[in-house]
Amino acid sequence: MTPLSFARAADTAAAIGLAGAPGARYLGGGTNLVDLMRETIERPQALVDVTGLGSAIEDQADGGLMIGAAARNTAIAEHRSVRTRYPALSRAILAGASGQIRNMATLGGNLMQRTRCTYFYDDAAGCNKRAPGAGCDAIDGFNRIHAILGASPACVATHPSDLCVALAALDAIVHVEGPAGARSLELVELHRLPGGRPDIETVLAPGELITAVELPALALAARSTYRKVRDRSSYAFALISVAAALEVAEDGTIGDVRLALGGVAHKPWRARMAEAALRGGPATRSSFLAAAEAELVDAAPLSHNGFKVELARRTIVAVLGELAGDAA
Amino acid sequence: MSILDTIQQTAAGVVAKLRPDAPPDRLIGRKHGSIGTSLPRIDGPRKVRGEARFAAEVPAAGLTYAALLHSTIARGRIATLDTAAAAQAPGVVLIMTHENAPRLKPPAAFMSDPRAAGASDLPVMQDATIHWNGEPVAVVLAETQEQADHAKSLIVATYEAEPARLSFAQAATRSRQPESVLGEPAIIRIGDAEAALAGAAFQVDLTFHTPRHSHAAIEPHAATVWWEGDRLVIHDATQMLHQTRWTLAGIFGITEEKIRIHSPFVGGGFGGKGLWSHQILAIAASKLAGRPVRMALSREGVFRVAGGRTTTTQRVALGANADGTLAALIHTGTVAMTTHNNCPEQFTFPARHLYAAGSFLLEQRVADMDMLANTFMRAPGESIGTFALETALDELAEAMRLDPIELRRRLEPEQDPTSGHAFSSRHMLAAFEAGAERFGWSQRNPVPRGRREGEWLIGMGVAAATYPYYRMLGGAARVTITRDGYARVATAGHEMGMGTATVQAQAGADRLGLPVEHVTFEYGDTALPAGTVAGGSSQTVSIAAAVAAASAKLIAELLTLAGNDSPLAGLSAGEVEARDGGLGHPEQADRFESYVSILTRAGREEVSAEADAPQPVETQRYSMHSYGAQFCEVRVSAVTGEVRVSRFLGSFDTGRILNPRMAASQFRGGIIMGLGLALMEETEFDERSGRIMNPSLAEYHVPVHLDVPDIEVIWTDIADPHAPLGAHGIGEIGITGVGAAVANAIHNATGRRVRDLPITLDKLL
Amino acid sequence: MLVGGLARLGLRAGPSPRDVPQNGATPPAAVPKGVDMPITINGQAVPIPVDVRTSLLDLLREQLHLSGTKKGCNQGACGACTVLVDGERILSCLALAAQYEGRSVVSIEGLTPDGELHPLQRAFINHDGYQCGYCTPGQICSAIGMADELRRGVPSAVTADLAATTMALTGDELRERMSGNLCRCGAHNGIVAAIAETFARTPAMAEAAE
Repeated sequence: MTPLSFARAADTAAAIGLAGAPGARYLGGGTNLVDLMRETIERPQALVDVTGLGSAIEDQADGGLMIGAAARNTAIAEHRSVRTRYPALSRAILAGASGQIRNMATLGGNLMQRTRCTYFYDDAAGCNKRAPGAGCDAIDGFNRIHAILGASPACVATHPSDLCVALAALDAIVHVEGPAGARSLELVELHRLPGGRPDIETVLAPGELITAVELPALALAARSTYRKVRDRSSYAFALISVAAALEVAEDGTIGDVRLALGGVAHKPWRARMAEAALRGGPATRSSFLAAAEAELVDAAPLSHNGFKVELARRTIVAVLGELAGDAA
Repeated sequence: MSILDTIQQTAAGVVAKLRPDAPPDRLIGRKHGSIGTSLPRIDGPRKVRGEARFAAEVPAAGLTYAALLHSTIARGRIATLDTAAAAQAPGVVLIMTHENAPRLKPPAAFMSDPRAAGASDLPVMQDATIHWNGEPVAVVLAETQEQADHAKSLIVATYEAEPARLSFAQAATRSRQPESVLGEPAIIRIGDAEAALAGAAFQVDLTFHTPRHSHAAIEPHAATVWWEGDRLVIHDATQMLHQTRWTLAGIFGITEEKIRIHSPFVGGGFGGKGLWSHQILAIAASKLAGRPVRMALSREGVFRVAGGRTTTTQRVALGANADGTLAALIHTGTVAMTTHNNCPEQFTFPARHLYAAGSFLLEQRVADMDMLANTFMRAPGESIGTFALETALDELAEAMRLDPIELRRRLEPEQDPTSGHAFSSRHMLAAFEAGAERFGWSQRNPVPRGRREGEWLIGMGVAAATYPYYRMLGGAARVTITRDGYARVATAGHEMGMGTATVQAQAGADRLGLPVEHVTFEYGDTALPAGTVAGGSSQTVSIAAAVAAASAKLIAELLTLAGNDSPLAGLSAGEVEARDGGLGHPEQADRFESYVSILTRAGREEVSAEADAPQPVETQRYSMHSYGAQFCEVRVSAVTGEVRVSRFLGSFDTGRILNPRMAASQFRGGIIMGLGLALMEETEFDERSGRIMNPSLAEYHVPVHLDVPDIEVIWTDIADPHAPLGAHGIGEIGITGVGAAVANAIHNATGRRVRDLPITLDKLL
Repeated sequence: MLVGGLARLGLRAGPSPRDVPQNGATPPAAVPKGVDMPITINGQAVPIPVDVRTSLLDLLREQLHLSGTKKGCNQGACGACTVLVDGERILSCLALAAQYEGRSVVSIEGLTPDGELHPLQRAFINHDGYQCGYCTPGQICSAIGMADELRRGVPSAVTADLAATTMALTGDELRERMSGNLCRCGAHNGIVAAIAETFARTPAMAEAAE
């Protein structure tokens, strides 16, 4: 770990001010950044602790929910509004990491966590994300956990968050504040696909701080869930995960649907093609399968992760089937 | 000595032919002692309070902290090593490279001499040559770990890479037959097995692949070391104290007496806590710096510096006659190894002793690679050998439409099928039958995919477990009785969680006729009489034999001390037994004198005797093995291929059980590591670079709590009359057979055979 | 013992770790020094380490010589370093000590004020909930934090009904909630049995278990 300074921000404005120092980084719960610093993959010169900033989880007048970026994962997962109105979010958080890590990790930090690609983690390996221009050793290496959608010749890493997959499905809005002021953007717009610059992972400008995530009012979110498939039964990153919300009309057709995938891409993957295929159609296994196929038509598996295409297809169908209940 | 003389001493064999059987250990039939009771762990209170002090936790004034820089090529030379920036970094005390490291002799590799502990015989940081990807190329000492780690990151190394042997498949095409496999022949041919296979009524001929594994002990390897003048003090995490001392003496050119190694607690070993380069580098750096050194490997460092189980390809071919007997048993294959170590992963050993067959072809080959030396890991050979053999047997049973347990009944041999020796104690079928009854084997639907609950396919599988009985040479013990009627039993044994300290106190108590709370077992220190390696599931009986010898000597001395005024007068050592806190005639109650009385009358504070363990002649005369039957029920998601082990039962035949509470833990521990082997464990070795790519407990998956169901363990508890205490070691048998039991259950659930470990979900989609 | 030995040999003893000079690593003046708001560790006020890089784990182990908290991976993957901060279980290896200013940390050494064994520690002994003992302090601290989460009604990944207000003390609930604590010796059954027995006895949990 490189020598560095530390300051605790008293409020958002102070945080943004402190983050103006050379090599400064915001520090949440530290569950990812401290590990990466120890690996010398991250070498900040100054840490700005933002865990003392907004962490409230507040019901909004319009039926939505506002969650301060410093809210701990456990606090979000156990919050009654989340459990009852956005269960997919609660389930996604609970499927991630361990009890201890969920007690430490913040919402903002979760959004900013970095890939688990083992070539990214090994400074002896070529990695365009860690060292732009160094090449990608994962493409022809152990790529079982890597991307099948949206990858580039420069990078095949996946985003490791569970929480973000649920947020992507639930139309979450990210509120940020920076030297140039405050703005908000859709969660699905926050993370980038790798393209030629996998080292740039989000659209945040330097110094911009995630201050809150807003879940808009979404009736069908009460009927949402999250399923994670991994190599052991707990405490492992997703091979594939699916967050979904489904509304089936009385006539058995799909009124509305939200679907997002984890473990497939450089960002949480909102499955809009599948959603489009589903809307208005029958809530049947065959239409779920067709929707999955529609989303995965562009899947480009690598040497070891071809199974993810089939696994994603099956998991999508199973999750939608579960949400549809007897209707399917 | 050659490697042929190591574990199974040929010298002992010569002696065995001359001597009759030793009488069975008198403690075997003894009732009402401490042995057989479930005494809780003696060191339990310290462990639950966090007071058990491990090697990286020993305080030392002036302590420096070490960090290692690892090579990033597999073979070649260091071209440049720029340490200038690191040397300027805050807190740096020393930077050691091959240019300033003390001149050291190479370690004597394990198996090259019974006293040797070196994981390989490669020189440690003596020149610019690189032998594996991850080899340490620099050691940084600093005032704090943070400073050492940071300074290390400032060193810039460049390399001249040379072609390296990194593809197992390619190396296997140039494989060689090793001189021996742990002292046994690398090839056994009985009859013409290939011809018998070709002519057999039923045949299976299968190829298996097993990956590299990491011990992944939760305590990373560590040593805290310092010099006191020309004397060397080491607090190590080791399972081979005296072997480490002898080997270090050779490396540093000092006498063994100058070295003292402490290792009272080891945070898991499983075969991995031996002598690797980190201890040698710590000692060398301490010498250069003149300061104590704490070398606590990072988790990545453990993967780069301390080797694990190697990878194998195996062929098992079985030819069966119509009556279910075997005409041919073929088990051959190749393991990856280096030219600098000798650990050929004895995967053919189970097939040498388990089943009767008309002909055998059992052959092990090694493929030399440029990698970190592999080493022994819980049931080396037997764990992965039983995966192949017992899966093949299941496939044969299916082909023959026979129940797998019935097939094993038909293969039960009358004597050891390859050595011809009588079995000392074999009750494998009893273990199968007890296990089948308890597990409800009769409920198994023999038709695959026959049972389903929702998306979950349910299946049951069974496999044999087996592990040899070993007793190591070279152990000694000292037994001391004090005037207050207490005893100390001392040997440089190891406690890595097996329960050594507790069970040896129990055994010492019964041996000396004392209540267990009057007995202290001293261990974990080379100042004590020599211990043997805590490996090969041998330590319990190795220590017991030494303690028995020392106790016999002590009893003779006590009789001499007792003299003619004692009720014992006139009795020889062979005529008395230790009981009730003293010595007495077995039948004549009045001919008894307590230790307190003997020592008080003699005016002695204590009396002590030390002896070497006798030669393990029993292993030369008998086929001595432990056995078991592993039963598994799995649930496999028809959607995702995820496997959940829902029930597991191990039924074991391992001689007398000394402490049921801890024996159950040992068996369960082996089984759980076997679940990891079956379902998730793989050290990823990138064959382009020779780099281990998942040197992390986040990416190297071991079972978590939710992966582990309630595991039932039962045992025959039949004493082996030829073993000290009637006992067999039980540390390793638990993992054997588990891979196959899980694989066979998965087949029963899904109809899929997976012969390539680990059985991850992608192989079941 | 060693100190005396070194002194006799005339070796220069290095500075004690707490006094290590941080030349070069000196933080900028803007950084709060933390003297007013120290960390409380097992009831004792402890100054914030000067080196920002010092983890809570290394503060405990190397500076305070509270080595009961274990370092298994130093990367948040094993749970051996679990401690309780204001009653919540966290991983001390991923916690920079500086971030815990003003917080109250309890490590295995501080579980009971009087040195008596905690009921869970006794249960670990009875159920043989360990072998080598290295993951044990982390398992115990984690279980205590876990029990509090259960009492509070925090759901888990295996909770069927997210809306439920009380959580059942089932085997799978305990296993899932304890999955962040690895054990390589394979003491899982004993660990879960010890936890179940201990917390099934406490009134609040017995209520929750109904």
